[in-house]
Amino acid sequence: MMDDQTAITRTGFKLNGQAVSVDADPGERLSHSLRERLGARDVKVGCNAGDCGACTVLVDGAAVCACLMPTARADGAQVDTLTGLVRSDEGARLALAFQAHQAAQCGICTPGMMVSAVALLRDVGAPTAQQVRDALGGVLCRCTGYAKIVDAIVAAGAGNVAQAEVSGAVGTALTRLDGAPKVDGREAFGDDVAPDGALALRVIRSPHFHARFTLGDIDGFRAAHPWVALVLTADDVPGSNAFGVIPGFEDQPVFAEGYARFRGEPIAAIVGSADQLARFDASDFPVTWEDLPPILDVAEAMADGAPELHKGHAQNVMTGGFVRHGQADDALARADVVAEGDFTTGFVEHAYIEPEAGFAEVVDGRVHVHACTQAPVMDQQMLAKALALPLESIRIVPTATGGGFGSKLDVSVQPFLALAALKLGQPVRMAYSRIESMQSTTKRHPAQISLKIGACKDGTLSGMHFEGLFNTGAYASWGPTVANRVPIHASGPYRVADYLAQARGIYTNGPPAGAFRGFGVPQSAIAQEVLFDELADQLGIDALDFRLKNALVNGVPTVCGQVFDQGVGIKPCFEALRPAWAEWGAACAAFNAENDTLKRGVGIAGGWYGCGNTSLPNPSTIKAGLRADGTVVLHQGAADIGQGSNTVITQIFAQALGVDPRDVLIKGGDTDVTPDAGKTSASRQTFVTGNAARLSGTALRRQVLALVNAPEDAVLRLGPDAHVQDGSGAHDLRLDQLPADSEGFVMRVAETYDPPTEPLDENGQGVPYAQFGYAAHLALVEVDTRLGTARVLRFKAAHDVGRAINPLLIEGQVEGGVAQGLGLALMEEYIPGRTENLHDYLIPTFGDMPEIETLVIEEEDAHGPFGAKGLGEHALIPTAPAILNAIARATGARLRQVPVTPARLRAALKEAGHA
Amino acid sequence: MGFHRPDRIEDALAALASGASVIAGGTDWYPSRGDGPVPMNVLDVTRLQGFRGITRDGAGWRIGAATTWTDIARADLPPAFDGLKRAAREVGGLQIQNAGTLGGNLCNASPAADGMPPLLTLDPKVELIGPHGAREVPLADFVTGPRQADLREGELLAALHIPDPGPSAGGFIKLGARKYLVISIAMVAALVHVEGGRVAWARVAVGACSPVARRLSALEADLQGVAVNALAGAVRPDHLKDLSPIGDVRGSAGYRLDAVAELVGRAIAQAARGA
Repeated sequence: MMDDQTAITRTGFKLNGQAVSVDADPGERLSHSLRERLGARDVKVGCNAGDCGACTVLVDGAAVCACLMPTARADGAQVDTLTGLVRSDEGARLALAFQAHQAAQCGICTPGMMVSAVALLRDVGAPTAQQVRDALGGVLCRCTGYAKIVDAIVAAGAGNVAQAEVSGAVGTALTRLDGAPKVDGREAFGDDVAPDGALALRVIRSPHFHARFTLGDIDGFRAAHPWVALVLTADDVPGSNAFGVIPGFEDQPVFAEGYARFRGEPIAAIVGSADQLARFDASDFPVTWEDLPPILDVAEAMADGAPELHKGHAQNVMTGGFVRHGQADDALARADVVAEGDFTTGFVEHAYIEPEAGFAEVVDGRVHVHACTQAPVMDQQMLAKALALPLESIRIVPTATGGGFGSKLDVSVQPFLALAALKLGQPVRMAYSRIESMQSTTKRHPAQISLKIGACKDGTLSGMHFEGLFNTGAYASWGPTVANRVPIHASGPYRVADYLAQARGIYTNGPPAGAFRGFGVPQSAIAQEVLFDELADQLGIDALDFRLKNALVNGVPTVCGQVFDQGVGIKPCFEALRPAWAEWGAACAAFNAENDTLKRGVGIAGGWYGCGNTSLPNPSTIKAGLRADGTVVLHQGAADIGQGSNTVITQIFAQALGVDPRDVLIKGGDTDVTPDAGKTSASRQTFVTGNAARLSGTALRRQVLALVNAPEDAVLRLGPDAHVQDGSGAHDLRLDQLPADSEGFVMRVAETYDPPTEPLDENGQGVPYAQFGYAAHLALVEVDTRLGTARVLRFKAAHDVGRAINPLLIEGQVEGGVAQGLGLALMEEYIPGRTENLHDYLIPTFGDMPEIETLVIEEEDAHGPFGAKGLGEHALIPTAPAILNAIARATGARLRQVPVTPARLRAALKEAGHA
Repeated sequence: MGFHRPDRIEDALAALASGASVIAGGTDWYPSRGDGPVPMNVLDVTRLQGFRGITRDGAGWRIGAATTWTDIARADLPPAFDGLKRAAREVGGLQIQNAGTLGGNLCNASPAADGMPPLLTLDPKVELIGPHGAREVPLADFVTGPRQADLREGELLAALHIPDPGPSAGGFIKLGARKYLVISIAMVAALVHVEGGRVAWARVAVGACSPVARRLSALEADLQGVAVNALAGAVRPDHLKDLSPIGDVRGSAGYRLDAVAELVGRAIAQAARGA
């Protein structure tokens, strides 16, 4: 039915069994109508192009992308979303199985996964793993590596959904404490929380890599577009129009001022009703562009005569990092063998399935920003400077965050929303489109690495010289951190007595490169681990033995001269892989003897990563308390972006306090009520915030015990009728007799932990980190030598985590990290202007991931809570070099550039003599 | 203005004459808009009479233009359609296959359209309906260039007519940089009729290696009479001389030619195994 006057089309259908009617623009996407007009915000929008499957719904039983279907076509149909389906038999089984297998990490892809899985279970009953992969191949997940999703759906089909009994203590695979909303459609992400009627904001961006611009007649534009409530430009930024995450590198404007340094850079924003904005064509915004020649790589940026993109940065060098230990060049000169190479990596996109989103409103004269984030307090600090407001005037309320991997450490939507809400005095919301998310948010740094490593005949390393240029794009973001971290880590977890490493960040007209799982270390590990294999081959030493011979051990200095007298766990990681190294290697040899076109090889690589900030203060504070009714409240400010800090930090806290973690009420990182637990970055939350949680739990336990004079080993029974049990009996705590503070606490604690580090000297010598985590990966790869395609068939990952707080969460981190490492190795390359969507930019799908076995090594660390070390970034670091080494062993082709696309691999195969 | 979803072709043609934008499955229609607004005058062709479904058409077959990939994958069809079925299972993911249509794939006229190579081997004619009546055009002539089709003002693609392919068997191989949900670097379809252990006739088509997917007629001629167990050496470089691949983010031109030589051999062998 259609109203000819307005072209609005009325559509009636059944939504989760209820008759609904919706008035929508012709051609409006069903996903939009469901979310915005019918309140079905369990339907997630990840790409608006059918590339991710997050918005999957069932229409008359068939799984379709709601973003590709006109609402009007649903007329008379039955539309089912997760909220309805979870009440069905299949949906209920899936919800249980997803929880039991921790198949949901951040949860943003989960509705699409579960809805697709319901259709599959209705179709085939008890699917095999292959049937699951085939049916769900169109839904992307960036967190899990897919294995646990496959396991969960197979289990749900088989009816095997009983929950394993776990105590919840440290070391047990406790189900995610925040898991239920992720599997029943209630989880509220950045775009799910705005109040009805909030105005919408759209950013106007540069379509050019490098350009000058002049804004046109804004008043005329507003007169022609009366629905526009507000136009924002650089003139509207009351405070500093230059932000950044590293002090001294605040070089990025909220809105560019007449000069744009990258494609996608914001120059203005408009605010209006969501419906009007949806009909608006951004090319109608009045602006005149003068396109300038762009600088797209580091060679151009450093060339004589290249324009300085930022004043005072000659040759566009942003900054550098440096480590010198011993005499690298002397050692290289006396080495018996030397391997060297120039390595190239590209921009890599984080590709979380949740584009940046949120809303802001003004409440009692303060601005509240609700958005997805990895770093609420850093967001608050950035806004204070940009808005010229005191911190107290800004409240950050983190929403659920649908993946981050480093990019959501930087602000995105926050300054636009806060500015608009303050100007208009009413709620303003926005969600980045996939295209603008890819264009404008940070990337992994492309690296140009020259590396030379020597070794003696007995296999001992003899000198390493590393030079790395990292393309930091148009703005610094976390580039200084990359430049700083890489020289410390580029040795790998090995004893390199003579070492020289320099890394520099270079400005270009690319998108800002910032933090991405590993801060440059995955790039340097590729060069180092690939050359290690070449050295071992030259020496005729087994590649695993070669690494073991040089592996760091307790008491031996790192390249920073740091000596750990405990906790160095790389050797056990390698040793754990030895049986498979031998067995898989033999199987590959047998396979290759029988096959000409297909060749298989096994590759090994190691890695390490220092947890927390490099030689800088890095505190986390955890506040907790007891209410009069006996409720234990934990203010858990470590942003859980899917990795599981809500569960892990609570397990640590509960263990220290002596209660069941399931009985703890968790409060999130709202800056009004929860202290700063630092950013979710640098594999620091389990280590640093975990320690703060341990200290808080211990302190609260002490207070409770003191109240009734109970001994250390007494048992706490909190909750209603809270009491303490000891050898002499039960002692009532009578909490309701105690005075409560303004937050309702009758007891409260707040404890801070800051890892012990020391500054580095001019040669990078010192104590950069209180702990490192260690990893070694083994990949079995099959190469189709005629087509140049590579498939990873099997994978084994050994990780020294110090102490496994939650083994299932560890597997999730490892499997997801390996997936990202596999993407880095084989398919992911963000090319500005060309791969700004998820069909030209490829991340691994269900069909690209091998079976992954995680081997947990527990070399306890004296600084870690209960001995635990960080893990998030370690999971990815050895993956790509292990795959490259496997390809070389399979075929003899030695790759110096990732991703190893089929075209690049085929060229290398030909060079290696393959037909 | 508005959303038109007629049953009758006359109403569809009227809407088209009013300037409506044609949507079938929507799987290309929406992504092609980027972040821009969607049209306010839309003609949905998925409910038009005769536009969806696969039927016998004399000795041949008729496939409605709005037939989805899932419809094809699940249809009971002879082995000649095996290549088309394989392609149907590799278009996007299941969500795309449930919505995307054969006709949309052809009208969208991407050089990497997964449906084109297997359909070219089936030698169909497309049925076009317009204000001046219906006409039929060989598929090979219908798609004229990247994003260009011989679709005249006011015309709709209604169906494909496929002549009886006899007891031949089809094959299809798609080369992409990942397993699912991937745009082809190159793809090859083959249709082979084997008699007495030899190729009686064969048709081979290559996609994503020329502005429009195309048949390799010289190769097809040379395959006649070749013993099935001797197919491995049948493909020579000059058989590929009509291909003119470009280099893009998915692969270089040289790589495409190199890989396609291998893919052609494999697709023929796959088809011959089914024949």
